[in-house]
Amino acid sequence: MGKTITEKIFASHLRDTPSPGNYVLDIDVVMCHEITTPVAIRDLEDRGMDRVFDPAKIKAVIDHVTPSKDSKTATQAKILRDWARRHGIRDFFDIGANGVCHALFPEKGFIRPGYTVIMGDSHTCTHGAFGAFAAGVGTTDLEVGILKGVCSFREPRSMLVEISGELPEGVGAKDVILKLIREITVNGATNMVMEFRGEVVERMSMEARMTLCNMAIEAGGTCGVCLPDRVTAEYLFPFMQDGFASVDEMVEDFRRWHSDPDAEYEKEVRLDVSGLSPQVTWGYKPDEVKDVADMTGTRVDQVYIGSCTNGRIEDLRAAARILAGRRIAPTVRGILAPATPKVYSQALEEGIIRIFMDAGFCVTNPTCGACLGMSNGVLAEGEVCASTTNRNFNGRMGKGGMVHLMSPLTAAATAVAGEIRDPREML
Amino acid sequence: MKEFGGRIVRLDRSDINTDEIIPAKYLTEISREALKPYLLEDLKLDGFDPASDELKQAGVIVTRANFGCGSSREHAVWVLEVNGINVVVAESFARIFRQNMFNCGMLAVELAAADIDRIFSMKGDLSAAVDVDRGIITVSGADGSLDFSFSLNDFERDLVKAGGWLAYADKKY
Ligand code: SF4
Repeated sequence: MGKTITEKIFASHLRDTPSPGNYVLDIDVVMCHEITTPVAIRDLEDRGMDRVFDPAKIKAVIDHVTPSKDSKTATQAKILRDWARRHGIRDFFDIGANGVCHALFPEKGFIRPGYTVIMGDSHTCTHGAFGAFAAGVGTTDLEVGILKGVCSFREPRSMLVEISGELPEGVGAKDVILKLIREITVNGATNMVMEFRGEVVERMSMEARMTLCNMAIEAGGTCGVCLPDRVTAEYLFPFMQDGFASVDEMVEDFRRWHSDPDAEYEKEVRLDVSGLSPQVTWGYKPDEVKDVADMTGTRVDQVYIGSCTNGRIEDLRAAARILAGRRIAPTVRGILAPATPKVYSQALEEGIIRIFMDAGFCVTNPTCGACLGMSNGVLAEGEVCASTTNRNFNGRMGKGGMVHLMSPLTAAATAVAGEIRDPREML
Repeated sequence: MKEFGGRIVRLDRSDINTDEIIPAKYLTEISREALKPYLLEDLKLDGFDPASDELKQAGVIVTRANFGCGSSREHAVWVLEVNGINVVVAESFARIFRQNMFNCGMLAVELAAADIDRIFSMKGDLSAAVDVDRGIITVSGADGSLDFSFSLNDFERDLVKAGGWLAYADKKY
């Protein structure tokens, strides 16, 4: 019987099968940030186990609250910083070089097809865009990952998600994933890897694929995954030149990870995106989604563009298409958080930052910031935010605040209108 | 091995997420104990009061489907632990939350929807006792007791007995 990409990755990393259906895998990359790692570090210290399995395979970043906003977050940053220094972790990114983990690490070429990746962060699923198995884990899994370089998983069941058709103008990866979650619900992919396939995915850039995979967890998915192809190879070639003479050679090599034609899937979902309209959430769950037409006119107090979902250069370019030559509504606070320093500099060079500022946006440094309601744009009770992030949970961006998730294009149009608006009217 | 069970608090809703169990703003706490006052602070559920005695005295949560969805924060498990809750019984769990429970040597018990319905229909204050080896949870209330069986695989049972994944992995790998 054929294997899925995930089954192939599991087979090539298998360390132990502690009972049927449970697998302990060797991990290629253990990623750490300052919110979930300090507790792990403290616990390892308390147990007299302050060691790391391989400093070269550990990547660390201070990204959630940076610069630190108070003594508590400063302490978290310090614990991570001191630990990275103490253990000689060279891929450690602090202020000036830091950005949102799931945007920063791929940009550095750390994620490769066939890799196993864990992080104490649920949106680790983003990295599946590179044909890796990347899963969010809790602190204890992270501790064991740091200490032993292994992690346990249950049976890697997969859901085949076939995306076909032609994406209409003004509709992108964010709308596709919101539509999918709307169809399959927040529980639709629980304990499954969502394997994104089909012509639409093949045509997508790495940035768009990351947006797609980023929200797999919002449907309960363990990981999102795309088959590594020419797009992946072109993105990774600068980092993998040592091993390959050409992009063609890489494309050929990556094929070994592709799911076999007779691989078995737990579930199959098909989505034709022709005629899809921009999607917007209305409630407190990521599957509470409507077409933008049904949300038009909803007043917002703040528009937030950024995060590991939509803070990459393509997202900023998209929003800038709408914002160029326009001003945001006087009742709206616009916040842009480019996801990484590289995104920020590129946006500067391309004149995009100017466009945002002229439109009336505040531009923050690269950070998670308001996405999880900890800094840089927390909502007050009763306030409404149009956001390009991935979670609209009650209280997510501030107690009593309401979050509507949408694409960067829709967020930009909403900023200009002061209320939710179809971006296609402004293109 | 520690004892599993205690008074039951019933949360009649599906998809209770980690932000509801422990809001992100408390993730700056480095000690587990500091999370204690914030259990279920943002839960959206009619009639639920996070300050109620029922919650304070609970040792077991019984709830519906997809409990613990959302973020990977183990804080969602620790906040239960420091409040004396060591068992969650649900129709299903989000993957990371479920794994975090076993990783901490705590019990995530899955029962069929019909069994969960029965527990919700039982009258009065309820309590539960769990026999991990036999895979039986006994729920007692005003109208008597009911036994429900659940399955754990060897690995999960070993984790619970070892007191969690760190102790287990340190010995084995
Ligand atoms: S941007 Fe938001 S969702 Fe992404 S890692 Fe940061 S806090 Fe998490």
